[in-house]
Amino acid sequence: MRDDTMVGIRGLRTAFELPGRTFVVHDNLDFDVKRGEVVSLVGGSGTGKTVLLRQILGLERPVAGEIQVLGRPVSEMGRRGAASRVGMLFQHGALFSAFNVLQNVAFPLLELRTLPRRLVIEAAMVKLQMVGLKPEDATKMPADLSGGMIKRVALARALIMDPPLLLLDEPTAGLDPDSSDGFVSLLRALHRDLALTVIMVTHDLDTLFELSTRIAVLADRKVIVTGPPKEVIAFQHPFVHDFFLGQRGQRAMELLREYPFAV
Amino acid sequence: MQEPSTPRLETSASGGAQAAQVLGQWTAAQFARPGLLDKLRAALARFDAGAAWDLRGAEQLDHVGAQLLWDHWGRRRPQRLEVLPAQSAVLERVEQFSSELPRRPPLGWRGRYLALGEGVLSAAMQLREFVRLTGQLAINTLRLARAPQEGPWRDFSGHLYHIGATALPITALVGFLIGVVLAYLTAKQLRQFGADAYIVNILGVALIRELGPMLAAILVAGRSGSSITAQIGVMRVTDELDAMSVMGISHSFRLVLPRAMALAIAMPLVSVWTTLCALAGGMLAADISLGITPTYFLRALPEAVQVGSLILATSKSVVFGLLIALIGCHYGLQVEPNTQSLGRGTTASVVTAITVVILVDALFAIAFQDVGF
Repeated sequence: MRDDTMVGIRGLRTAFELPGRTFVVHDNLDFDVKRGEVVSLVGGSGTGKTVLLRQILGLERPVAGEIQVLGRPVSEMGRRGAASRVGMLFQHGALFSAFNVLQNVAFPLLELRTLPRRLVIEAAMVKLQMVGLKPEDATKMPADLSGGMIKRVALARALIMDPPLLLLDEPTAGLDPDSSDGFVSLLRALHRDLALTVIMVTHDLDTLFELSTRIAVLADRKVIVTGPPKEVIAFQHPFVHDFFLGQRGQRAMELLREYPFAV
Repeated sequence: MQEPSTPRLETSASGGAQAAQVLGQWTAAQFARPGLLDKLRAALARFDAGAAWDLRGAEQLDHVGAQLLWDHWGRRRPQRLEVLPAQSAVLERVEQFSSELPRRPPLGWRGRYLALGEGVLSAAMQLREFVRLTGQLAINTLRLARAPQEGPWRDFSGHLYHIGATALPITALVGFLIGVVLAYLTAKQLRQFGADAYIVNILGVALIRELGPMLAAILVAGRSGSSITAQIGVMRVTDELDAMSVMGISHSFRLVLPRAMALAIAMPLVSVWTTLCALAGGMLAADISLGITPTYFLRALPEAVQVGSLILATSKSVVFGLLIALIGCHYGLQVEPNTQSLGRGTTASVVTAITVVILVDALFAIAFQDVGF
């Protein structure tokens, strides 16, 4: 890798054509993610957090601007072996419902068509257990899994080829507090062990403070502030104030005192 | 020329002993390159777990790479192994989590016997569910008759449009062409006997009594039967059916009834339309091939076809419509919340609907053979 920039975004403009008007989501947005960071994107609804994730993945094309992922233009992302460059955890898991757990996890490797089946199955079993599932779960179908397990399987699938970059869309949304805590500590352990770079979108302040090494706030069509949690909270902006210092924020801030920043 | 990132194995003589040196990127992405894994395995075969291994030179080692080595070592660490701390962590995870996939026990004779029983039982259950659905529909029809203002009329008119009106062009085209083909074929045979005028009888009886309703039913089963199953099936996948149950709204009343009513009304109309188009096609072909004018054709038709046939065809179509709707809804409600089941349900729905339509048509033909002659 040339340098430590995993994702570099320059002059991004995103707009949606609505009947009669143009809705600009991002305008001249710059954003960088360095190796080993856990960056959380926060912002009000409609500020284009998920859109930004999808653009980093190459699923959506910006109107203007340049996105580089792992030092290469994003248009090269979708090629063969993309799973070894970036992993994505979709909000609802996006597991293939026709496959069982093991087939889901092994799918990216099997699709390469060159690896022996036995090796792939073994590698998938290792990943399954790395995310805290049991070998018995391997033959279950996605429809029989709980919300927390679906997220774990989806995470195992995202990590099957050990990508250096992991994107998470609302990783703890829809999980009960226990599963949510379990999932957060799993993510933290994986980030430490696998030297991952993580970009996530989350509304959950607990997750935010426990995992993030850096927070980026999207508002007014830009990243208005980015930095370690403490700096971001101190920033003067109505959204930042409401988001972090409202009642919810106060509660989560307790955590901030208990946990020194993750990692 | 080999790139430096290509995973490879070299022999190094460090400290007098021969050591296997692991070099390059031992990652799944690299292994995916065609032919590379075979070469690597051949190279691996030269060393076993007893040899000295040096992984420190490897540019990258991911879990798949570690798994490959681990399997090669016979699932234990070689005694002489040199690794970097990061590689050691990867190896440790592979070591800790390597496990056999829980195998499914092979199906013995007893298993096969039980599977057969399961198959029969599930078929019986399907039949039972279908009967239940039909009964439920009858009850709901009574409920609707008692309180018509509570009926799902908006849904009903929507389905009537989608099932009936939008099917008109395709049924017209197919009907017209079948009429032309049938007329040409019979014309050839009839000319041999000089019985040209009988083409009106043959076309009239065949198209009005059998082919018109059948063609319309098969087309509608393919078009609307599948869409009914898919609509209801998707509602199962997205939990909409459960949401409806929770609100205390009956699936049968809100989903099955409007579709069944719409098909029961649209089907005879589409059937008459198809028949008319087929007759138009037959009339045209008869004019061209036998010189039978449309005027004669239209004058002879009422004599050739009795009113009984017309009534039979129309009532048959009502039954076809009901059956298509019930089968579509039945398979839709049976869908399990996954995509594969949805596809299977849709296919089963269309195949069953067409088969049942043909079967029931045969029953009608036998039971009412004296009607309309």
